[in-house]
Amino acid sequence: MSKKIFLTALVLAGFFLHQDFWNWDNGDLLFGFLPVGLAYHAAYSIAAAGLMAVLVKFAWPAELDRIESDSKGPSSES
Amino acid sequence: MIPAYIVFGYLAVVLYLGIFAFRRSKNSGEDYFLASRSLGQYVFVFALFGTNMTAFSILGASGLAYHRGIGVFGMLASASAFVIPLTIFFIGTRLWAYGKQFGHVTQVQFLRDRWECSHIGTLIFALTAVMLVPYIIIGVMGGGQTLQAISDGRIPYWAGGGLVALVVMSYVFFGGMRGTAWANTFQTLMFLCFGAIAITLIGKSLGGFDQVMERLSANETTAPLLTRQRIPTREFFSYAFIPLSSIMFPHVAIMCMTAKKASAFKKTVIFYPICILLLWLPSVFLGVVAADSIPGLKPGESDGVILRLLTANTEVWLAGTLGAAIMACVMASDSQILALGTMFTEDVFAYYGGKKRFGEKAQVWTGRAFVVGVTVVAFFIALELKDKAGIFELAIRFAFTGYAALAPVMVAALYWKRSTKWGALAAVIWVIVTMAGSWYLHNYSADLAPKPGQPPVQIFPALGDLFLRTGGSVTIYGYLPVLFMCLGSTVLMILVSLLTPPPSTATIKKYFPDKPIAV
Repeated sequence: MSKKIFLTALVLAGFFLHQDFWNWDNGDLLFGFLPVGLAYHAAYSIAAAGLMAVLVKFAWPAELDRIESDSKGPSSES
Repeated sequence: MIPAYIVFGYLAVVLYLGIFAFRRSKNSGEDYFLASRSLGQYVFVFALFGTNMTAFSILGASGLAYHRGIGVFGMLASASAFVIPLTIFFIGTRLWAYGKQFGHVTQVQFLRDRWECSHIGTLIFALTAVMLVPYIIIGVMGGGQTLQAISDGRIPYWAGGGLVALVVMSYVFFGGMRGTAWANTFQTLMFLCFGAIAITLIGKSLGGFDQVMERLSANETTAPLLTRQRIPTREFFSYAFIPLSSIMFPHVAIMCMTAKKASAFKKTVIFYPICILLLWLPSVFLGVVAADSIPGLKPGESDGVILRLLTANTEVWLAGTLGAAIMACVMASDSQILALGTMFTEDVFAYYGGKKRFGEKAQVWTGRAFVVGVTVVAFFIALELKDKAGIFELAIRFAFTGYAALAPVMVAALYWKRSTKWGALAAVIWVIVTMAGSWYLHNYSADLAPKPGQPPVQIFPALGDLFLRTGGSVTIYGYLPVLFMCLGSTVLMILVSLLTPPPSTATIKKYFPDKPIAV
């Protein structure tokens, strides 16, 4: 149960972090050419991939894998 | 003409992929419409991503960033990078599982079975099919316009549109889902590589981006482009709901049924945000760069800024490659055409007895005939309404909102035992009515629309800020209608379901066995 709560909190935190209102008026440049707001959301996209990896690792329903092994899959893979 | 020849080469490759897929086909319904549920994980990742991308990802995003700045990336791209993989994880995997277990091919088949309904399923079929049509027409129009532009007018609009329609129709007709998935995979790889190449070569030609950004920052007109000042906070927040539409698009949902193994979804949800980053970051960044290099463009003109930057800063072959990349996005209409064909044959032809009466072979040929019919009709509409592309583009924006507001219906069907067909009906009617209302308000307030950078205007001054008109949309207290449409369909789904009888115990047990499929 605590794992479920932790993962839910992680997803909600992801939604909150997307709003980054603290960067709204920040026009500073990172490395001299990359606006901070853009760099933040680029990093956010990478973090989103990380979050998905966490969900796949800790919240992947075992039933899906069972369906996979129960089904007689086609012989060839496209 | 060199760019046009590169595009011809590209079209030849995708046509070959369709014909090659045909040689591997088995002439069964499941093979034609779902590639026998056999897509391997890498084809699945790229095909699913490619089917979700449109010309807007390259052209529209850069044009919007040109006027509204870097916030466009957060508003449209990183929101999708977060929400779309979640919908694939929570909805796509379940659709795949039920499809594999019970033989569903479309969303409507699942909903009909899950809620023991017939006509409500037909209503959902009609709504989702109608919202898909503008994409197909815009695809043909985009093909004609792109070929006309990159050939300096030597290829007329009708010939370009006709050629694209013919190529798409051919590989969808022959290759079905397998051909479409392969073509989408090739297209995705193309436009992912393109972004990195374009940004590198343009940066090199401009002597680096440092000075460009310094100039933009020093100019008080362009400095806001490096921030989110030109995007209201409430609009930014509302946009986070738009990516809910993705999984409700029929072509995306049907694509989810094609995976051979559940494990294909694991890689998809992890790589999806990275693919979004690789495609959108160069588009948005170059759109902002263009505000310094090519100032003074109006909203419609700014959609071509990347092409202008490339023409001015790189070799002609790269402009041709861009043409092919744009064509790749435009041709995302392939999976939409196939989805319409699949829906018609499964949700109408087969459901109303055609498959039993005429057999499976007839079903596949009905699907193929539908593909031809839809493409030919789309071509003639694209010719007839050549100058009315704006209407279809607007229809697509409304369709995004409509599909997003249908997402709660799918979530209820998958996760809530007590949900009923009447709850679904109420939610669908709500979506239809609110879309019609938004469309009416949009047209009613067209003359009030403020220019870029100007504040929103009250549509009915007596109602205060209830309905505001911005440059591109109508808002409700500053929020986009999608927010209220999603909330409304959720509330109606819950309330009406609680007031109406649930499906039979047998059906509930079928979808919610003792060991339920749940996280």
